Order: sequence, then structure tokens, then C-alpha cells
Amino acid sequence: MEKDEIKKLLEEVSTTFAKVQDKKELEQIKVEYMGKNGKISLINQKIKDVPTEERKDFGIKINELKNEFNSLYKEKLEEIENKEINELLNKESIDVTLPGTKINVGNHHPIERIIESLETLLMSMGYDVVEGPEVEKDLYNFELLNLPKGHPARDAQDTFYIKGEEYLLRSQTSPVQVRCMLEKKGEEAIRIICPGKTYRRDEDDATHSHQFTQMEGLLIDKNITLGDLKGTFEEIAKMLFGKNRETRFRPSFYPFTEPSVEMDISCFNCNSKGCHICKGTGWITVGGAGMVNPIVLKNCGYDPEVWNGFAFGFGIERLAMLKYGIEDIRVFYVNHDLNVLKQFDRREY
Amino acid sequence: MAISLNWVNDYVDIHDIDAHELANKVTKAGINVEKVNVFNIENLVIGEVIDCKMHQNSDHLYICKVDVGSGIYQIICGAKNVRTGIKVIVALPGAILPGNFEIKKSQIRGEESNGMICALFELGLEEKTEENYQKGIYELPLDAKVGENAFTYLGYNDTTYELDLNPNRTDCNNHLSFAYEVAAVLKKQVVMPDVKYKEIDEDINDLIKLDVQTDNVPFYNIMIAKDVTIKESPDFIKRRLENAGVRSINNVVDISNYVMLEFGQPLHFFDKDVVGGELIVRMAKDNEEIVTLDKQVRNLTNEDIVITNKKEVLCVAGVMGGLSSGITDDTKNILIESAIFNPYNIRYTSLRLNLRSEASLRLEKPLSYEYTILALKRACHLLEKYADAKIIKGMISHDKIDKSEKVVKLTLDDVNNILGMSLTDNDVTSNFASLGFSYNYKAGVYEVTIPNRRQDIYLQKEDIIEEVGRIYGYDNIVPTLPKVPIKKGEYTETVKFRKIISKRMRSLGFNEIRTYTLVNEETAYKYNYNFAEPIKLLRPMLKERAYIRQSLLASLVNVMKYNIGKKNKDIMLYEIANTYSEGEDYNEDVKLAFAVSGNYVVNTWNNKNYEMDFYFLKGVVENLLSFLGLDSRATLKLSDKLPKEIHPKINSEIIVGGKSVGYFGKLHPLESKEPIYVGEISLSKLMLNKSGDVKYHELNKYPKIEKDVAFIVDDNIESNEILKEIKRCGGKLLSDIKIFDVYKGEKILSDKKSIAYNLTFEDYTRTLKEEEVMPIFNNIITGIEKKFHAKVRDN
Repeated sequence: MEKDEIKKLLEEVSTTFAKVQDKKELEQIKVEYMGKNGKISLINQKIKDVPTEERKDFGIKINELKNEFNSLYKEKLEEIENKEINELLNKESIDVTLPGTKINVGNHHPIERIIESLETLLMSMGYDVVEGPEVEKDLYNFELLNLPKGHPARDAQDTFYIKGEEYLLRSQTSPVQVRCMLEKKGEEAIRIICPGKTYRRDEDDATHSHQFTQMEGLLIDKNITLGDLKGTFEEIAKMLFGKNRETRFRPSFYPFTEPSVEMDISCFNCNSKGCHICKGTGWITVGGAGMVNPIVLKNCGYDPEVWNGFAFGFGIERLAMLKYGIEDIRVFYVNHDLNVLKQFDRREY
Repeated sequence: MAISLNWVNDYVDIHDIDAHELANKVTKAGINVEKVNVFNIENLVIGEVIDCKMHQNSDHLYICKVDVGSGIYQIICGAKNVRTGIKVIVALPGAILPGNFEIKKSQIRGEESNGMICALFELGLEEKTEENYQKGIYELPLDAKVGENAFTYLGYNDTTYELDLNPNRTDCNNHLSFAYEVAAVLKKQVVMPDVKYKEIDEDINDLIKLDVQTDNVPFYNIMIAKDVTIKESPDFIKRRLENAGVRSINNVVDISNYVMLEFGQPLHFFDKDVVGGELIVRMAKDNEEIVTLDKQVRNLTNEDIVITNKKEVLCVAGVMGGLSSGITDDTKNILIESAIFNPYNIRYTSLRLNLRSEASLRLEKPLSYEYTILALKRACHLLEKYADAKIIKGMISHDKIDKSEKVVKLTLDDVNNILGMSLTDNDVTSNFASLGFSYNYKAGVYEVTIPNRRQDIYLQKEDIIEEVGRIYGYDNIVPTLPKVPIKKGEYTETVKFRKIISKRMRSLGFNEIRTYTLVNEETAYKYNYNFAEPIKLLRPMLKERAYIRQSLLASLVNVMKYNIGKKNKDIMLYEIANTYSEGEDYNEDVKLAFAVSGNYVVNTWNNKNYEMDFYFLKGVVENLLSFLGLDSRATLKLSDKLPKEIHPKINSEIIVGGKSVGYFGKLHPLESKEPIYVGEISLSKLMLNKSGDVKYHELNKYPKIEKDVAFIVDDNIESNEILKEIKRCGGKLLSDIKIFDVYKGEKILSDKKSIAYNLTFEDYTRTLKEEEVMPIFNNIITGIEKKFHAKVRDN
């Protein structure tokens, strides 16, 4: 009779669990069956009424019932908990296609970006980065650089003078070289670069700017050759415009260097086949350079019989225009549109 | 100004060399050919008119059959002189005539026309005048060969180079000097032009006296050509001048230009009969006047060199001749001047009178005295040949020019050491030969004589080495790296400081910009914090760019406004640049300027924005100061001494180490309707304050005790005052004070505000007990209540 009861309870338990919806009901069921006066506890007490020879069997059956109950309980609890967490997750769901929050990050000006990449390379080659005043003496900007008053080459760089023509807005960064050489008094080797603002009397248009940026390099040491200059230029050209760039020197003229050269790179746009960027020549001029003129060495206190060296200069705007495909130099100075500045929020290797 | 290759071919044989290849070679040697112009017209052939009859549907058109060698074409022609049997110039379909006019097959009033029979003006070889139009089509000599290119037959085919010369080699703008460069790269010889002429038996000294009264004219030479005939120039002179870009006028004037383009020596021709018997060369007197060739009255100064007779100023030397003594159609006798003036005076005069000509540009540069004489003789040769001139015997010269030989000594090692090449003696001597440099070789030393035509070469070995290098070819240089000690480059202190600040500004979200240093007068005086007097340029180009700025803010604010105008929102910009003003060393000052507008964090659809305001900018400044380790030395306080462009009530001066370094604040409403917050800091001043490097502090192992309290105080009491008092009362256990709420409103009186503080107490050596903190906390409360008549807020 009790056995039948166990069997009945077993069936009852499984139907009861099937109906359970939440944790509260589940706990009630636990009390109802397993509590002190629960149905399973009560039936367990009946063991004393069972004949001895059946007791063992009865005990097993009761255990089976208990185990069954516990396993169903556990199963149900898991089911309910899963249901609950899923409901919570569903409730938290958002529209992930809405736009992200804008994070403000500041960027370099493209000119500064080029300058810093040049600085990184040249500092690794031992060049110190120095600077000098933009309101400069005629003496440093011209005279000591072998450009005495009335020199025809002053023509090419018509200058903004200040009061009495003793001071001017520097037309090149070369006066920083002069200052450096004078400071070292002809006694020490020099390796410097000096990026900075320069000014000339040019009317502003797509390719001219009365204000622009130069980076001058100067190396004074012993037994320096034009080949050393070419090797140095090659490093710079490859860093800026890619490993496959070829370089070439063309004879040129600067009063402060002798020999003087123009530094060309093979056109990166057409690989020297000829295009609008290289004007069909396959070559692009990116800077000027030369061996420091002994006259300048002497003017600045260096004995040309002991010391020699080279100087090079780049127009940073030109490099930036070439590198980033900018066709109007005014982009660097006039009405900086935020949308232009943001274009430079991009890594560079 | 262009170089004609036909002309160059007179002096060096280049007939068998491709013009583009030659251009490439001379460019590599440093004479930059910027553009190659080929003067030729394809599909322009010599034809013979073999049949000619009237067009049925026209009263002036003819239907012609023209034999052009490759076939017989029907061509409709409207010229009156077209007729059977004549040889003509035929532009066949495909020919492109001047003005980009392409000849195509067409139908003219129902008849097919396969080209055009041409007049010279249609080929751009003559001016298009009524007279030339009336001449009709051009008739070629009857022996002209049918089928040949008509342009070549006429001798009009030429190639010209437009040069972009380095400033020391402008001499290559004359054909002879250019020919020397060509000869050097091709290893050929130059043939000099013919300078021979016959002299008649009259002595120039009987006709004129020369008196040069100024040191600014070291070399002045005159000759006289008599009985000239003024007429059209011969074709070759006209064509060459035109190809070089000089307009033909008459034979005499053309010869003067021709010689200038040959030797680079400008000549001046006077009408001898106007000049009279005396020629005086002197400096002009101030306010002396001359009517120049262009009929303008010119006022002179004592920096101008003039040529005079006793009566009048005849010529502004090197710049422009006078109207009275100029060559006219009636001129019979010519006084020829060939001279070297002080280049500085020529440059000064031509710039001042705004008369820069081919002649003055050449005279502004050093000239070869050898060519001065050769050019004079060459002019006589040409005048005799093409203007029927008789040359008077002799030449009068004022000769103070330095004729010493320029000799440079150098060795093979010198060459290789500077170029980094491995040339041999053979290479060097063969390059000297190409360049036409004569030399002696003694005991390993070359003594090179610089030819007088090369005024650009300075007396030092480097100049000669450059010549050898450029002709040998810089392509042969093997790239190496300097053999110098290995070291790491460093930023100089000022640069380093600028970089550090710049990087910090970017990481705070600011974008770097660059604006112009030069501004207009109004802008120059804006945002004037230190009562600076801006520097004005001596000769500005534009009013807009006449002053050097003493503040960056005006330009920065313009960029802000530009972006706001373009509906670009949420703007954060900064610029670091030098400013200058009148004073010792022009008060160079490196400044940082910054400006913000809009939101810092933006999520518009979510409404989670943070609008940038005064306190945001204050945060930026505090961040910078703390980053530099200067926060404890800095005071930020409202100032009434700031530029008028700044809001008088929403601003703060930045004082570090007792000295003002800058300010920030909101723009004055009159300056901007949109809320824009700006600031400017002198980095030069800021960097004078040094601070130590990072030093690690172990964090406190013992627990902290926090207490909150809010005080109700008078609205006009500054938070900073209360803060100081709390600190004073709190003693050393009070480690941090945070303001977590500021309230004004209904719950308290209208002239009061409530400020809530979160106070942290801690000790690094032990655990604090509540009983120790409470008395301090109470002490703070009593202190504040007493000092500021404050009340603790209890709701």
C-alpha cells in the first residue's frame, strides 16, 4: 500500500514541478514535500509500519523518491534562473547601430607632423634640434652667409625689413647656423637641424606664401664629402617618401654653399614615368643643399683648412604638399576648417 | 627670354642632337631647361596649284587642285592671287595652325575642301594686318620642292629653351654663354661670332670727347657708325629675335638687341647728331629731369648714373635712353655705347623707376670686360653688313676695370675629397678642356685660370671643383654617410618645452593650427596684455600684413569664428608661436594660445554632452600647471587688467611664482555672440619656473576617514577663501578637500549660496580613530562659521 503511495507521489512530484513558474512557487513546493511535515517526510515516517522484510526495499524506494525530487528541483531552479537572467538581458538590450560617442583627440598640424618625422630620423643620426629668432639681424640672415648688401642673390628672396634695415623677418632658417657656429667659436664639430618659420615678399597664391617653414641642417666636421650629403639625403628621402625612392643631385647655386645642389627624388606618383606632379620629368625637387662655402666658415670663425661640412634645407610645406597631395599652400595657414584638421587624425608609420 | 637652338648652332655644332636630349644634359649640368618649345607645324607641305577655277556658288572662291607630292587634293581657296602654276604652302588635314586651329576635311558651299592654302600671317609668321591680308596667300619660289615641309623650307623651324637659371648663371641668358655650356657637356668647341669690319679714314677723337666723372662707371667705350640706312631687319635677325621673345623694330635697334642676346652685353645707341661733340658720364643731380624713350618725365637722384652732353641728360645709364637722342627713322649717324656700370646703381635705379628691362637685368650682374669690347665690335660688324654703316676709326675707352687674371690652385685630392669621388688626373683635365679653362700643372698642383666670361666663379678651389663635378656628373657620386662619432641628437631646452606643452595640449583634445605672423594694424593691437607696441614693417606688401603680432589670439579667434560660421561645432584649437613687439631684442616671446567652443564630449542623440565653459578651460590650465609641477606655485584669480576683448567678470589671470604668465576667460560679448573661451600663456615666462622630476610616493596603507559638510555663506564670498580657512583649521591630518556641490536657489536666501565639501583625513603611520577626527572636523566648522558668518546647512 505504501509502495503505491510512493509511486503516486513520484508521479505527483513530476507534474507539480512541470507547472512551477518562479522561485517562490519552487520554494513552496520544497516545503510542501520536503519540509518537516512535507508529503515526502510524512511517508518516510511510515517506515515503522512496514513489515521488516519489506523495510529495506521501502527504504530504497523512499531514497529514489527523494533523489528524484532533488534532481527535479535543481533542474527547475536552473531553468528559472536562466529564464530570469535572459529576461534581464533582453530588458537591457540597446540599438547598437546608433552612432558612438565622439572622443576629442587633438592632432598635429601637418607641418609639425612632417617636422617631427624629420626630427626623429635626424636626431637618431646625431643632429640636435635648435632654434633661433624670427626677427633676425641682417648680419646673420645675409651678410655672414656671403650675401653682402647689394648682392644679386638677395633679389630672389626679397625680404621684410624692420626699421633701418638692420633687422628683418628672417628669409631663411640659415641664420640659426650662423648663430650656432659663432657660439661654438670654431672649436667644436656641429650637427644641428633648425626647423622654423621664414618670410619672403611673395604674394600668396596656390604655390606661394609670404610665410612658410624651412628646416635647415648643418654638419661641420672633418673630411666631409658631397657623397656624405647624398647619403644623408637618401635616408631622408626614403623615410619621407618610401624605400624605393631614387635620389639625384643637380648643380645649383646658393651663396652659402659651394658646390651647391638641388635635391631631387624620383616621382612617387608615377614611378618616374612622367606625370603632372613631376611635370613630366620623372623627378621632383624637394630641397637645396651643398658643401658649406669656406667664406661662410671663415665668417663664422671656422678655419676652412681644418673644418668642412654640408648644409641642407627643405621647404616643409612643399614636403607636406607632396606627401599628402595638397595642391594649395594656403591650406596650411588660412581658415583651418575643423574637417581638414580631422583628416590628419591618422597614424603614420 | 628664350634661347634659340638655331642661333646656338652658329657657335657650337648641335644639328645632329635631339633637342630634348640636349635639354636633359644641360639641365643635369645645372643650366635648367624649364620648357622646350618646338617651332614647327606638322602636315604643312609645299604644293603646286595644277588647276584653278571659280566656285559655281561663290563670286570669290576658287576650286583648286593641288599636287602635294603624296597626292592631288581639291582645296577651296579665297585668295585673289591663287592661280595655276604657283607653288604654295598647304596645310593638310591634321595640321594645327597658331591659335590651336586644326585643319579638317570640309564642305564649302557644296564642294569638298581637303586643306588650306596659307598666307604667312595664318602661320603666325607675320602680323595680321590689313596690308598683309591683301597680299593673299604666300607664293614660294618656283624651284621649291613639292611635298617638303614648308616650315623647314622657309627656315622657320626652330627649337627654343626657356631657362630657369640659378641666380649666379644668368649669363646663360645669352646665346654665346649658353653655347659654352653646350660645348662643355658635349665636349665640343665654340666658334666665336664674326667681329670684323672695315674702318673709314676718320678719327673718332676728332668727332667726340668722352669725360667719365664717376667711379661707378669703371668701363665705358664708344664707337661711331656713320651713314646708316634704317630699314627692316634681315629675316634671320627678325626670326631669331622673335623666337627669343624680343619684338623686331628696325635693323639698327634690332642689331643692338641681337648683340645683347649674343654676348649678354647691353649696348646703347645714341643719335650722334643729337649728342654733339661731348659726352659726359656722371651721377645725376637730385631732381634732375629727363624725358625717356617712353615719353615719361623721370625725376632723378644722385644714385642714378646719367649720360649727358653739356645741354641735357641723354640717357639714364643702363636703364632707359632719352627721347631726344634715341634712334629714329631719320637717324644717320650712331654713337654706340658698350659699358660696365656699378651693378648696385643700375639695380637701385631700375627698381626705383620700375623700369626693369632685359638690359638692366643684365647690367645688374657682373659682366665680362672682354665681351664688352667684343659686343661693341660685333655691333659694328652687323651695322656695316645690314645697315650700310661706315665705321669711324678708333674707339674711345674709359678703362678702370680690374683686368687681373684669376688663378686658382688645387690638387686632384682636393677634388676627390670634396666631391667624394675617385676622379683621375685625366678626368679632371678633360673636364677643364670641356669647360674651356686653361691650366698649368706643376708638382701635383693645377693652376687654373678662370675665363673672364665666367664672372660667377669666385677665387677659391671649391668653385673650380664644383665646375668639374657638375660637368663630370653628380650622378656619379656614390652615397655614403659622414664618418662622425655616433651620438644621439637632442632637443634644445626651449624646443623641448614647446614640444612637451604641445603634446599635452593635443592629449587634452586640442588641435594644433598655424596662422600668419603678419597682421593688419587693427589686429596688431588686439588682445594686448602687456601694453606692447607692435612692430611695423618698413615696406609692407599689403595693409593686411603690415605688423608683426604681439598676441596669437586674434588669429585664433578668427579661425574659431570661421569654423562656427561653417557650422563646425565643438572646436578646440591651440597654436604655439613666437610673438614680438618693440623693445629690447624685440621682446621675443613664445606663446601658447588656446580656444574652445561647444561640447567636449558629444553624444547628441543620447543628450550626454559636456559643454566647455570657463571651468573647463580652468581645468585645462590647472592640468597644464600640475603637469609641469607648478600647481602649488600658481594662483588663478579674477583680474581687471586683461585686454578689453576678454569678459571682465569671467576671466582669470595666471600667476606663477608671483609673476603673471598669462590669462584665460570668456570672450567679451561685444567680441563674440557665441560663447568662446580663450587663453594665452607666455611659455617663455612659464619655463623660467623649474620643477623636479617624478618621485614615487607609496600609497597610504591605513584607512581614511571622510566627512561631508555644507556651509551657507554670502554669495560674494569666493570659494578659494573658504578653502584656505578649511586648510588652516584642518591641520596636517586633513589630506584632501573636494567641493561636491554648489547650490543657489529656493531652499536658501537669495543672497546666499551653499557649498558642500568632502573632507578626507588620514595618517600615513597609523589607523585614525573617529574620536580624533571629530574635534578637528568641529574645529573646521566653528572656524568657517566664525570667519564667514556661515551656517552649516542641515537639509
